[in-house]
Amino acid sequence: MRAFTILNSRFVPLPIENIDTDQIIPARFLKSTTKDGFGKNLFRDWRYENDDEKKPKTDFALNQSQYKGEILVAGKNFGCGSSREHAAWSILDYGFRAVVSSFFADIFKNNALNNGVLPVTVSEEFLKKIFQQNNTSTLSIDLEKQTITIDKTGEQEHFDISDYKKTCLLNGYDDIDYLLSLKKEIEQFETTEK
Amino acid sequence: MGKTLFEKIWDKHVVKTIDGGPSVLYIDKHFIHEVTSPQAFTGLNKRGIKVFRPKQIVATADHNVPTLNQHLPIKEELSRLQVEALKKNCEEHGIELYGLGHPYQGIVHVIGPELGITQPGMTIVCGDSHTSTHGAFGNIAFGIGTSEVEMVMTTQCLLQTKPKLMRINIDGELNKGVVSKDIVLYILAKISASGATGYAVEFAGSAIRSLSMEARMTICNMSIEMGARCGMIAPDETTFEYIKGRKFAPQGEAWDKALAYWKTLYGDGDANFDKEIFIKAEDIEPMITYGTNPGMGIGVGGHVPSLTEIDEKEKASFKKSLQYMGLEAGDDIKGKKVDYVFIGSCTNSRIEDLRMVANFVKGKHKAKDVEVWIVPGSKQVEAQAKHEGIDKIFEEAGFMLRQPGCSACLGMNEDKIPAGKYCVSTSNRNFEGRQGAGARTLLASPLTAAAAAITGVITDVRELLN
Repeated sequence: MRAFTILNSRFVPLPIENIDTDQIIPARFLKSTTKDGFGKNLFRDWRYENDDEKKPKTDFALNQSQYKGEILVAGKNFGCGSSREHAAWSILDYGFRAVVSSFFADIFKNNALNNGVLPVTVSEEFLKKIFQQNNTSTLSIDLEKQTITIDKTGEQEHFDISDYKKTCLLNGYDDIDYLLSLKKEIEQFETTEK
Repeated sequence: MGKTLFEKIWDKHVVKTIDGGPSVLYIDKHFIHEVTSPQAFTGLNKRGIKVFRPKQIVATADHNVPTLNQHLPIKEELSRLQVEALKKNCEEHGIELYGLGHPYQGIVHVIGPELGITQPGMTIVCGDSHTSTHGAFGNIAFGIGTSEVEMVMTTQCLLQTKPKLMRINIDGELNKGVVSKDIVLYILAKISASGATGYAVEFAGSAIRSLSMEARMTICNMSIEMGARCGMIAPDETTFEYIKGRKFAPQGEAWDKALAYWKTLYGDGDANFDKEIFIKAEDIEPMITYGTNPGMGIGVGGHVPSLTEIDEKEKASFKKSLQYMGLEAGDDIKGKKVDYVFIGSCTNSRIEDLRMVANFVKGKHKAKDVEVWIVPGSKQVEAQAKHEGIDKIFEEAGFMLRQPGCSACLGMNEDKIPAGKYCVSTSNRNFEGRQGAGARTLLASPLTAAAAAITGVITDVRELLN
């Protein structure tokens, strides 16, 4: 997993609430047995008319050249619905390193963290301020300090993340390495508790 | 202070807690299927390690299988490769697989309970958000991503932060024509599709106690639609009676020992919840959704909210949703034309659901322009339906009884609803494109779905009940 420290980037705004993982990556693209290549189908049915790559929907942010960057900013309850980790894989594969919202669904949040994509939870007010920025505005996310800043105005907010997950992300560690290191304790637990 | 049911089970499964971080939670049972497991197996293979406790894993093929001609090779190449990968991975790692053609094959959340694998007091996970279904038996059951599937395969543990606790109490008697699906759609309409995010939810109260296990599963199944980490119901005689004698239920002395433990699984009287909600069963009508998330539900006699009823900051999402659905704010929902009826999914495809539908449609015939698909939850449900002659009732009604799988709930196989068509569905999600690109889903109970199949329009089933 790639480490995450500081990210400074423009952002792609999706001011829509309750974006579910079926929108992020429709079920028909879950037939792969690898983690690669999901980015081209990210938000597939919002991006193209009739599933046709030659007919991009011009009103959708990913198709508008003025929006670019490694940060996706979305309305509240982002990532609800299906547990498909393909949603996190497609966001990462497309080139996003962080998602900002006022509220994330649980399973998506875990999936994102397990892939080095940082979910940044901000207040409704701060989210509104980000959406009011123009398309050249940049955001700075500092994981060590747990802050997100609108660079143009200097407005800043602190975000929460567990100390454990923060350490993992800063260093690019994943949970499996940690759990494997506990094998003896787990076996001990099985003999005493089960 | 006493403990909640959740805390009793949680505490018993914590291997250790990291300072300022999550707990290492031991997992008793792990269900896997073809769609969210292959990358996890690849991860293990890359590390050169075998599955740690293969006997605690049960596999089936459900999401991506056809529901017609299951005896033939799967036509669609990618689907076939995915199902074959599951078979190969299970063989290599010594995991029991109930694959296509096996008499136990079916939707993962249907087969676990019906085989007696799902039991009170357990921790259960699966790479599928509707794992919350199993909580109906009084256990902690939740959906996980593929990285977490890999963690459980390697160590039988997960890193989890203890959620907050919510209790939803439903007391009183249900009205005629109102079933458990209506209860959960009603709760969703009250608290929204994110109303329980961050919480483990316990469903309690006299209306819940009076429900069968199948009906309880429908409610816990959709707790994820409120955003809940898991849903659960304390086990009681109904639970024990359901489990007893099933294939993998404890037998003899082991049964007595298990039962004695299960009887301790209830919240203490002075246990504390972070949030509590009270609902009167009498207030619940047959429900239907009009929008594109499961929290957008109304009584079938009601109308789509008008713009004045919607919070200012939710108006944009609301309008987008209605535009997708081809509905107008303020519209009556009753009488809207229906093109498809889908009765199936891990929410409502159990034998009791099929009996309920059969009982209602016996001697009736579907409306001319409606296509009706019944997809049983498992081979065992299918066999039982045939044994009871339910298949004949469906045939006479013009309903198509297909073979087990997730089918049109998520439209991953060829069972898709065409763009622009309206489908009354007993499944759990009405998201845009969920049942096929452009498909318009209206979630309802099996009874309300059956009523629409007969009349061809959204119908208040109470008007057709004697």
